[in-house]
Amino acid sequence: MTDPTDPRRGANRAFGVLGFGAVLLLIGSTIGLFFAPKESFMGDVYRIMYVHVPSAWNSLLAFTFAFFCAFLFLMKGDYKWDSRHEAALEVGIALTGLMCIQGPLWAKPTWGVYWDWDPRLTTTAVMFFAFSGIIALRHFVEDPVKRATWSAVATIIAYADVPVVYFSVRWWNSLHQMQSSPETVSAPFLIPLRTNAFGVLFLMIGLIMLRSRIAAMRLEREMAPPLPAATTPGLQPQGARS
Amino acid sequence: MSGLGAALSKELMLQWRSRAQWLAVFAFGAAALLLFSFAVGPNYELLRGNAPGFLWLGLLLSSTLTLSESFQAEMEHRAIEGLLLLPTAPHVLYYGKALANFTQLTLLGVGLVPLMVVLFDAPLPRPFALFGVIALGAAGLSAPGTLYAAMTFQARARQTLLPLLLFPLVVPVLIAAVKATSLLLLGDPMDQARPWALILLCFAALHWSLCGVLFGRVIED
Amino acid sequence: MASPTIDASPAVETVALSRRYGPRWALAQLDVRFERGRAAMIVGRNGSGKSTLLRLVATAIRPDHGTLRVLGIDAARDRDRVRQDVALLSHASYLYDALSALENLQVAARFLGRDASRATLLPLLAEVALAERADDPVSTFSAGMRKRLSLARTLLQNATVVLLDEPYGELDPPGFRMVDRLFALLRGRSATILMATHLLDRGAALCDDGIVLEEGRLQWAGAAKDLPNEGGLDPASLPEPRA
Repeated sequence: MTDPTDPRRGANRAFGVLGFGAVLLLIGSTIGLFFAPKESFMGDVYRIMYVHVPSAWNSLLAFTFAFFCAFLFLMKGDYKWDSRHEAALEVGIALTGLMCIQGPLWAKPTWGVYWDWDPRLTTTAVMFFAFSGIIALRHFVEDPVKRATWSAVATIIAYADVPVVYFSVRWWNSLHQMQSSPETVSAPFLIPLRTNAFGVLFLMIGLIMLRSRIAAMRLEREMAPPLPAATTPGLQPQGARS
Repeated sequence: MSGLGAALSKELMLQWRSRAQWLAVFAFGAAALLLFSFAVGPNYELLRGNAPGFLWLGLLLSSTLTLSESFQAEMEHRAIEGLLLLPTAPHVLYYGKALANFTQLTLLGVGLVPLMVVLFDAPLPRPFALFGVIALGAAGLSAPGTLYAAMTFQARARQTLLPLLLFPLVVPVLIAAVKATSLLLLGDPMDQARPWALILLCFAALHWSLCGVLFGRVIED
Repeated sequence: MASPTIDASPAVETVALSRRYGPRWALAQLDVRFERGRAAMIVGRNGSGKSTLLRLVATAIRPDHGTLRVLGIDAARDRDRVRQDVALLSHASYLYDALSALENLQVAARFLGRDASRATLLPLLAEVALAERADDPVSTFSAGMRKRLSLARTLLQNATVVLLDEPYGELDPPGFRMVDRLFALLRGRSATILMATHLLDRGAALCDDGIVLEEGRLQWAGAAKDLPNEGGLDPASLPEPRA
């Protein structure tokens, strides 16, 4: 693989990053599941935190990256940002979806309910639907130019809305019961948590790289082939002259 | 006449011509309120307590009808392109359309209030404050709604896409408007309605500026 | 509204102008130039790029490659300035069905910052033989009547460059003569006219220059009077409608 123009180089890089992330996740999860001590209040149930918290951090990171890709596409018109935008949206939605499954799995044995309207979880659920809507928009628009522009506009608006959603839900929820959740993480739990956080980060980056390639290849098929050669020179009408 | 004045006068003419549609949308909103009461049952306390939520859900559902119809006239013969080529700045067309949608939604909300009072036995101690909250909520719905209506009208499955895109975005409007309405109807001894109204104002300010800037990218090639 | 210009740049000048729709190039590497104050006809089969060229000049769409200058102004950089001096009669009517003929003109007049009174606009409707239907909603109009109203709307703009995309389409024989008359009116104002049409002989009689497009490329260019015979078009593919 020494040829720099070999298109497989990009894919190999992405697989490399994915592999690295998978290894980190395996190490962190092994430590977290089998070696980290039990939590004083929650016992073994807390261990889902080792995937839940990394999913949460990285889903927000993915959507932030999607926001920047959308902004850069609107500013520069370069379609590589549209491919990356599509990839970041999908990976962000996947991580967010995982989060929304992990959260209730942890909440039911801990608080007795699957969903407690915790501001972070609720905001994430809203983000899940908001960005899923944008993916749906991309599927329903066939023209690649409109698809790229409109989804970029929608991502910017949805992302700008996230803080407003969070604060309104937090305020709304504060009038109801307050659930406690661990705000600080003590040292024995940090190593597997951080390992998994980086593991999910590299998985996310690798997936975005791969998915962007697929999106770019599809765009290449959809947009026109390279421009044909110029028309015969000197062919101009008398009053309409070149 | 300024560009915005021309846009508003155009909207006024179009709205006046399609006034029969207003009745249909009002009927839809009224039907929604009725259905909510059937879903809950004839428990007066429950109905009264949830009246604000029903009002705003009814308004939200009706908004998708008015918003998607608002671009019917603009797109069927590409009238909006004709105006852009005159030339007209896209944000002028946006604000004209958003103001028209805002007016329609506010009037619809105000029109549904008597129905809410009758069906859910809701008290009405501060009607004008309530109308103010309805206006603020309508402003929050109409800003992003107008932009997304312009977008989805040109896409396939627009009936599905518009609510899919709009509803998650306007969760803060729903939360704040229902809370403020609830406080105004059922009692607000600690003056908490004001901060919720402030959230509505901030949401509206953010989206009326952001969507105005981005509208050109949605409507132009 | 026409703005006075004093430079001698051509009305329209394109260099390698290209535009695609999805995977297809609707216009490919077009080099063409139209001088001010002249009338040119643009001819070609359906899908040859005539409407695309007119829409690009009107700045309704952007080019994907190449440059386009209208009255010396870069159309990609300064769309609004170009739009002030260009009027397009498109395939789409740009009309509001719910409004009357007069109201449609009033909407346009207000956006143009012009007098939108009935007294000012009624004569324009009379020019296109729609004065008696001024207060009828456009939804009740036939296709030919909508075309007349669109023509009136185009004239209202009083533009320096007028783009007509198949102005004779959907019109009856009196309508044809009306278009000829309005064409002469525009020439009297020294407007530059670009007209896409399938009516070779009619266009050749009215225009100075002509170009033929085929699959988005320039196939022939020359004097309009030579186009019907030398344009390389098979007459069977572009039949003249019966007058």
